[in-house]
Amino acid sequence: MTLQGARERWVRTGGVELCVAELGDTAQPTVVLVHGYPDSKEVWSEVAARLAEHFHVVLYDVRGHGRSTAPEPLRGGFTLERLTDDFLAVADAVSPGRPVHLVGHDWGSVQAWEFVTVERTKGRIASFTSMSGPSLDHFGHWIKKRVSRPTPRRIGQLLGQGAKSWYVYLLHTPVLPELAWRGPLGKRWPGILRRLEKVPGGDYPTPSLPTDAAHGAWLYRDNVRPRLRRPRVDAYAHAPVQLVTPLGDAFLSESLYDELELWAPRLTRRTLPAKHWVPRTRPDQLAAWIKEFVVATEGGRPTARAASGPHADRFGGQLVLVTGAGSGIGRATVLAFAEAGARVVAVDRDAQSAARTAELARLVGAPEAWAETVDVSDEQAMEKLAERVAAEYGVVDVLVNNAGIGLAGPFLDTTTEDWRKVLDVNLWGVIHGCRLFGRQMAERGQGGHIVNTASAAAYLPSRSLPAYSTSKAAVLMLSECLRAELAGRGIGVSAICPGFVNTNITSTARFAGVGPEEEDRRRRKSARLYGLRNYPPEKVAEAVLRAVVRNQAVVPVTAEARGGRLMSRFTPRALRAIARLEPPL
Amino acid sequence: MTSAVAPPGATGAELRGFREVQRLAYECAEAVAAQLAPGVTERGAARMQRDWLHRRGVRDWFHLPFAWFGDRTAFTGFRVPLQFFPTGRRLEEGMAFILDMAPVHKGFTADIGYSGSLGPNPLQDRLLADLEAHRDLILREVRERRPLREIYEDVDRLMAHQGYANRHRAYPFGVIAHKVDRVAERRWSPRLFGFGTQSLRGLAADAVRGHRAGWSPLWSPHRFSDHPPAPGLWAVEPHLGFRGTGAKFEEILVVTDSADPEQSAFWLDDDVPHVRRWAEEK
Repeated sequence: MTLQGARERWVRTGGVELCVAELGDTAQPTVVLVHGYPDSKEVWSEVAARLAEHFHVVLYDVRGHGRSTAPEPLRGGFTLERLTDDFLAVADAVSPGRPVHLVGHDWGSVQAWEFVTVERTKGRIASFTSMSGPSLDHFGHWIKKRVSRPTPRRIGQLLGQGAKSWYVYLLHTPVLPELAWRGPLGKRWPGILRRLEKVPGGDYPTPSLPTDAAHGAWLYRDNVRPRLRRPRVDAYAHAPVQLVTPLGDAFLSESLYDELELWAPRLTRRTLPAKHWVPRTRPDQLAAWIKEFVVATEGGRPTARAASGPHADRFGGQLVLVTGAGSGIGRATVLAFAEAGARVVAVDRDAQSAARTAELARLVGAPEAWAETVDVSDEQAMEKLAERVAAEYGVVDVLVNNAGIGLAGPFLDTTTEDWRKVLDVNLWGVIHGCRLFGRQMAERGQGGHIVNTASAAAYLPSRSLPAYSTSKAAVLMLSECLRAELAGRGIGVSAICPGFVNTNITSTARFAGVGPEEEDRRRRKSARLYGLRNYPPEKVAEAVLRAVVRNQAVVPVTAEARGGRLMSRFTPRALRAIARLEPPL
Repeated sequence: MTSAVAPPGATGAELRGFREVQRLAYECAEAVAAQLAPGVTERGAARMQRDWLHRRGVRDWFHLPFAWFGDRTAFTGFRVPLQFFPTGRRLEEGMAFILDMAPVHKGFTADIGYSGSLGPNPLQDRLLADLEAHRDLILREVRERRPLREIYEDVDRLMAHQGYANRHRAYPFGVIAHKVDRVAERRWSPRLFGFGTQSLRGLAADAVRGHRAGWSPLWSPHRFSDHPPAPGLWAVEPHLGFRGTGAKFEEILVVTDSADPEQSAFWLDDDVPHVRRWAEEK
């Protein structure tokens, strides 16, 4: 089916025949992908195709699944010991004498934890990337610890995971699961996956699904009870481990992996805002992380390039584009993402400062950083930028529409030219960014996030900032609408509303209705006031990263922005009275 | 620069004296930096500087040696002056450090700052390279006799343009420089919070004299620095900070009342480690 160009072979072991598929150059490091339940090796088709460009990729159908034969009898044929025999047989066949890089999803990961923690596979595994499948032994200890020393939090964790494991109990009933899978459930499963798990349709799952699922029930029956009752005490990983945790997993909670460092000392953590079937829904990101990890371990580094900043687990290797990145909040945001290990594109209309930002980004930890000189209000230039970024760097994972200019002065003194300028940059710049990069994200269909820099002025009326506030209010509403539209595609949209932040927006702002000398005086005065307030742009950047991680809708950042937001909801009349005051300039 | 015009009250021989002690201090910094190893504490590094200079006859100090490691080079989280004093922070591989000392030798004062790192630290290398523009800017504007406060603001602007934070603002009074002078040699010279009392007395006398004449021995962002550079010896110390890494240099700028711009201000010595380093990079 979907594994195009795969070379097939059969490996005979322990009374079964395993169907093994190989892709890519056999001279490259070997990556073995192990599928979960109820799946066959085809669950990896998207990831395998991406990895095959760099590695020798091997997939096999677990015994009883896909085209591999099932053991006779089924009971006792699916123990982790047998599955380890299978893995070793495959590894010896495809990569004799050289350790393989192991990747497991769901039950593939559960098995692989066994492979990577038992003595007899030592030297056969170079690295292990785990997603959505804990070691049953670690899980057993996890439960024991929580039962024997309960605290409210631990009880909560136990109950939470207990509820998420509902299907495990069902699978332990005799015969019924088999009947359901071979009957109505097997027929409806593709639709359920599409609706609840947002797995794109197409040629997955394969027609072998009912038999896979029926046989696979024995994975649970043969292993779960014995292992949870008597977990091994020596289940330490003997290879570096990369743990990918989908945050929206309906079957496994994040807390399962607390203290995993005890079992896997060389651990790299990654998190992903996605549901359980990440090999189908996020193949680009997985392939990138697997590639980075394999290359790092082959190069002798025990963990992937360790970005030190906060949220490195989330943004490591992601592509982030920030407009207005030459100074202020934009530059601070680029640097914060860079510290988290993201690849960054710094866009500014001033080439020099954009280049400077990119250079600093590389110094603080960005694996790659580029500078692009574009005026965000220029539609054609933005279109060209979007094309260039997609062609050269890839689809943007996080877009920050931050470029903006200031304009103060009474409405009656504001010329149409002033209006046009401020709307062109503050509103149209955001529209172009969302339109072009948002479309790329939506078409890729693997999620993403858009952050728009609005302002506290978006909800605080004032007689001195009519044009600026109007443009920012539009940005805020645009963000809210877009958030509703893109939610179904896994793309989050956040609006950041900083208050008075100490950046150079004051010294470049236009003051309508006054002469150049007076304008200069006001610029200096406002710069001084902002300097006295002294709220650093770095803190706004932290709020941006947090907003993406938590997928927050509207984020007021400073105390005045938060207070103003509360007042705009509960005491709008007071705000209107304040809006009439002349600013102290 | 040996033919330089000396500022009032300092002869060519005196300039030589200042130059010698500044060289001695930089030698000390380089010697101590070469001995730093993982696990050495800030206190240990300060002690090493003190001992090295003591062995070479230094008995009095403008201030005792400081040492800052890691994010303390950027004064991260500094709120009270006591935090400047060396701590038990241990040096690790790749960590940035700054050594800062102000010995008095044969009555001449030096005040130097030396930035480096244990093993490669590309970020601090970049900061150090970017300090060159500040050294040029300060000299150029002092020669133009711009008010010190405005020069301070221009340095600030250049730092912001480079993307860095001004960290000399954390020093007492936010100074980028202060005057240094000859100090009478006494057998006993007690210290107050790490500062030599003789030197403090000199600074206080300058402050009183300057207050009457409309200038200040402290070069700060405040109104009392709103005057053209006063002749004398200024220890200039621009200090850059960037996300937990800092870099500075400190050396003496000689200001005279000569009408010739070249002679009106010059660095006491151009053969200092950071200048040599910039020359090598080119």
